[in-house]
Amino acid sequence: MTMSLGRRAVGVPPARPITAGREAGEMVAEGVCAWFGKRLVLEDVTLTMARNEVTALIGPSGCGKSTFLRILNRMHETIDGAQLAGTVSLNGTDIYGLEQRAVEVRRHIGMVFQRPNPFPAMTIAQNVLSGLRFNRLRVANPDEVVEEALVKAGLWNEVRNRLKALGGDLSGGQQQRLCIARALALRPSVLLMDEPCSALDPTSTRRIEQTIGDISHEVTVVIVTHNMQQAQRVSDRCAFFLAGEDEPGRVVEEGPTEQMFGNPDDPRTRDYVNGQFG
Amino acid sequence: MTTTSVNSTPGQHRFHLGQGPAHRRMRPREFGPTDIVLAGLTLLAAICTAWIVFDQLTLLSGMLGFVVVTAAVFLLYYYVLNRQLLGRRAASDRLMGAVATLAMAAIMTPLVLMVGFLFERGAHLLSWHVLTTTQQGVPLVCVPHQHCAQAGVFHAIVGTAEQVGFAMLLGVPAGILTAVYLNEVGGRLAHWVRVIVTAMSGLPAIVAGIFIYSIWVLKFHFSGFAGSLALAILLLPTVTRGTEEVLKIVPGDLREASAALGAPQWRTVWSVVLPTARSGILTAVMLGIAVTIGETAPLLFTVFGSTTTNWNLFGGPQASLPFLIWEMVKLASKSTIDLAYTAALVLFLLVFVVFLSGRILGSPWLGSAVRSLANRRSARRRVALEEVADR
Repeated sequence: MTMSLGRRAVGVPPARPITAGREAGEMVAEGVCAWFGKRLVLEDVTLTMARNEVTALIGPSGCGKSTFLRILNRMHETIDGAQLAGTVSLNGTDIYGLEQRAVEVRRHIGMVFQRPNPFPAMTIAQNVLSGLRFNRLRVANPDEVVEEALVKAGLWNEVRNRLKALGGDLSGGQQQRLCIARALALRPSVLLMDEPCSALDPTSTRRIEQTIGDISHEVTVVIVTHNMQQAQRVSDRCAFFLAGEDEPGRVVEEGPTEQMFGNPDDPRTRDYVNGQFG
Repeated sequence: MTTTSVNSTPGQHRFHLGQGPAHRRMRPREFGPTDIVLAGLTLLAAICTAWIVFDQLTLLSGMLGFVVVTAAVFLLYYYVLNRQLLGRRAASDRLMGAVATLAMAAIMTPLVLMVGFLFERGAHLLSWHVLTTTQQGVPLVCVPHQHCAQAGVFHAIVGTAEQVGFAMLLGVPAGILTAVYLNEVGGRLAHWVRVIVTAMSGLPAIVAGIFIYSIWVLKFHFSGFAGSLALAILLLPTVTRGTEEVLKIVPGDLREASAALGAPQWRTVWSVVLPTARSGILTAVMLGIAVTIGETAPLLFTVFGSTTTNWNLFGGPQASLPFLIWEMVKLASKSTIDLAYTAALVLFLLVFVVFLSGRILGSPWLGSAVRSLANRRSARRRVALEEVADR
């Protein structure tokens, strides 16, 4: 785990505890760059992910979308040789501040991965409560927490009678919704989703898109997707990432989804959203 | 290939439902009753041929040769027959299946014979008396016409249980922690630790005994504890390598998921990685026990052996089952060799019981039982708990 502090921008606001909350948070990334070893993969990304909005990160494979997403909850630094620069703040607090613990940051900024990854040795209920357990957060009414999270993730009706079944016994789509419930049980301010539907069938995809719509009033969602229709359906804002040959990924254009799909400024955006290339 | 004819009794087929014509069902590559009969008849033919060739034509003799010739003839007949009946593709498939089965039989036969031999020599001597008495006051060599009491192995069971038990207490946590270090923590040193652990697994068992003799026994005299130390040295690499292999196959996705939920690394290891690898770790531990429980060499210089029960692991010489077998066989009289076989059988059964309980402990059934018990316990704890979390 190496994180070069030398490359970090100066003038970082003083660190203070991130305000945990039941409400959505605003994330601001400024001048974010990322390296794997000596290779620069992401250059100067500045993006605001507004409170209660769903931001979609679109673009061809290998343009740094997932890397950017992982920088937003400090998962990037868990990879050997990964470095970064720039500032990322949640509700005005720098999440890379020296006072911030990575594990604390991740508690407030949840993540759902490309492949469903429920804990196989835990039951459905234990999976949902795992985040609370990992953070030593005691709750008086765990059953209610389980129900609430599963309802939000749109899984409650399917599993209410088998909460003691193992997480791995569910179908792929259900497992992914279980992972969403697991992330939501911690009441994060922001939920990052890295192509959450790419391993799922259309019906499950639909369910998850509904779920995203349902939760966006209480959590800020940032979603990476390769599916243009999906980006159009679920997001309020879009950011288009693109990397030239042997060049790092950059944000070409960002704005309201309607404008990005209807009347983009950049011809490359128009080509991409219309399926002309990439 | 056998195809089961379709029985059209309603209610027996979920997919038929009494509509349309009955389907001819088949299972490609199925090995059905016809094939079993065929294989049996082929074997019979092979035995007959081998008998003619072996006993009538060439006047060779010997059980092993006969078996080898039978096996070879069987494979030949079996291939030709299947080629005639099913064609070339199916015949080569069956041939390879037969080769694999014969290889299995070749390996299993000595194992089964060995266990059978142990039972044959030891089973009739096994009694409650043997299990509960020691060798105390029993002359090692019984002069003819003199009445001798029968010796038992209780003292050795106690010794083995204590020594191996304590060796596990030392070696299993250390082994699992080493594996966690190698696979979860890593770093520059990990490579060298792995090299040393691998080298340790090739360590002659007696060297472990001599090592403990020179650093411990010379100062503090013989004891079961010294034996435990030597056994722990042997247990460590087996448990470490076994555990490391199963930790490797725990998907990295799960570690990421756990980290993304805000779990510190120790939490991820304790709550996600180790539970996921539980049954594999248990197998590694079982293998470690199996390796150590039958060891004689490391005990030669450490426990010294005894004819009486010594419950104290930390003071004075102690008996042990493998040690007792070695000593009794060395004396080479009928009564001592009988006792050695009894001890060997007891040791075998002990290992069997340990493995069985390990399997039960590791079974998903007990796993879920323990889980629900833990759930109930934490539920009780929760009731008494006030809401402290400000989520």
